[in-house]
Amino acid sequence: MGLTLAEKIFLRHSPKKRLEDFVYSNIDFCFANDVTGPLTVKQFYKITGKRVFNSKKIAFVCDHFTPAKDKNSANNVAFLRDFSLRFKIPNFFDINHCGIEHVFLAEKGFVKPLDLVVGADSHTCTFGALGALAIGVGSTDLAGVMATGTCWFKVPKTLKFIYKGKLSKWVSAKDLILYTIFKIGVDGALYKVMEFSGPVIKALNMEGRFTICNMAIEAGAKTGIIEPDEKTLNYLKRLAGLNPQVLNNRKLKSDPDASYEEIYEWDISGLEPQVACPHLPSNVKPVSKLSSVKLDQVVIGSCTNGRISDLRVAAKILKGRRVKSNLRVIVIPATPDIYKQALKEGLIKIFIESGCIISPPTCGPCLGGHMGILGKGEVSLATTNRNFIGRMGHPESFVYLASPAVASASAIKGRITHPQEVAK
Amino acid sequence: MIIKGRAHKFGDNINTDDIIAAKYLDSQDEKFLGSKCMENIYPNFSKQVKKGDIIIAGKNFGCGSSREHAPLAIKGCGVSLVVAKSFARIFYRNSINIGLPLLECKEVGSIKDKDFLEVDLSKGEIKIVGKSKVLNSEKFPLFLQEIIDRGGLIAWLRRNLKKRRNR
Repeated sequence: MGLTLAEKIFLRHSPKKRLEDFVYSNIDFCFANDVTGPLTVKQFYKITGKRVFNSKKIAFVCDHFTPAKDKNSANNVAFLRDFSLRFKIPNFFDINHCGIEHVFLAEKGFVKPLDLVVGADSHTCTFGALGALAIGVGSTDLAGVMATGTCWFKVPKTLKFIYKGKLSKWVSAKDLILYTIFKIGVDGALYKVMEFSGPVIKALNMEGRFTICNMAIEAGAKTGIIEPDEKTLNYLKRLAGLNPQVLNNRKLKSDPDASYEEIYEWDISGLEPQVACPHLPSNVKPVSKLSSVKLDQVVIGSCTNGRISDLRVAAKILKGRRVKSNLRVIVIPATPDIYKQALKEGLIKIFIESGCIISPPTCGPCLGGHMGILGKGEVSLATTNRNFIGRMGHPESFVYLASPAVASASAIKGRITHPQEVAK
Repeated sequence: MIIKGRAHKFGDNINTDDIIAAKYLDSQDEKFLGSKCMENIYPNFSKQVKKGDIIIAGKNFGCGSSREHAPLAIKGCGVSLVVAKSFARIFYRNSINIGLPLLECKEVGSIKDKDFLEVDLSKGEIKIVGKSKVLNSEKFPLFLQEIIDRGGLIAWLRRNLKKRRNR
């Protein structure tokens, strides 16, 4: 019996070199943020507090409540900075040096195909787009990894998703993953790995692949993964500047006779842009069914959709147009490098001239932290990943999730809008 | 160990934003987090809970973010145990790691809000006081039971590291 890519990665990282129900795995890289990090450090001190397993394989990225929204948030960042100095951890990243963790760490080459990575953030699954096995954990688990370099796992079953057909105009990776969560539900992949494949995935650029893997957690998955190919390696060589030799022999695939718990095969030709309605990511409808929903705020950004190609799509639609009066439109480039690139390409100018405001890179409003909180009864359409009750602010506010194309078209009309209504 | 407390019933897909809103995540204080537990969906929950009470929920309890503040908040408001049809995986790990007892039970439907329960944790048996029926819950894999018996991951790791040093 063959193995899935996820099983192969577990095998490579298991000191016993065999797969049992539970495995202890060696971890290649681990990280936390300004929300999960302080608790991680406190728990780390309770374990030994003497030494970390490898200071170069640990990173702290401050992105949630940064630039610090209040004094507690500032203290938390300072706490992580002091800890990093004390344990000689070089990879401590504050605001102007990072951006959103899952975008930043990928663009800087911290994660390679076939790596086993854990992060104290549920969207760690994003790195599956690089062909890594990247698993979200809590603070105590991460503290354990920092102390020992290992973590226990239950070896999960894999679900395979094969996407065939041709994406319609204005339909993107975000629509594919929203459609997928609609089909299987918010616990449809509980404890399991989602392997995304098929010609549609092959044809996606890396940024689209990140978007898909990013939301695997929204179906309850342990992680999402895509087999690494030439595109993956080129991305890491070009953007992250990784030495091609480091990437040798990293194009591993699932075996043809691998055992999957379930295989879903969908022809997505003719799929409309999708929108997840309050208050679950699985509550998905085609965009044309929602054209009466009026908006108070639009957010374009996050670890799901704050990359340069997302901003390009939004700018293409907004160019030469004005966003609806009385609508707040917030654009958040996910990292300083993306911000810089957007400036270079003139995208920032387009956003500002059309009436959007640019936020510094941060998770900010996605989790109701800061930089765009909703008041009572307010409605937002966001390119983020969760729309739970109160997620973006007041418990009686409403969040719709969609792609950057739908978000920018909706910004022009002030209501949920199919991009074809405003652009060709 | 026997846990006695009143049941507080919740539905399916109770997520970590429900359990503790993100705006409070700049704190790691169990008591403070506890005072805000379930605020968005059940205002005053923390005031109504008595020490030892039990949360009963449907499927996928704890879905969403990896915030360990969620099980900390539940513990901090005095809840002694969560029983659900199923748990989201990061929440499940986090709870075991910090020593918040969980039980997975398919028959939670027969428990009513405010029922008084007696739970034998080691046997995984849930008794509704005043009714004869006993509900059974899923057994933990041996590997996990070991961490649970130690009271969480920290104690378990400390012991392992000590064993390794003495070897």
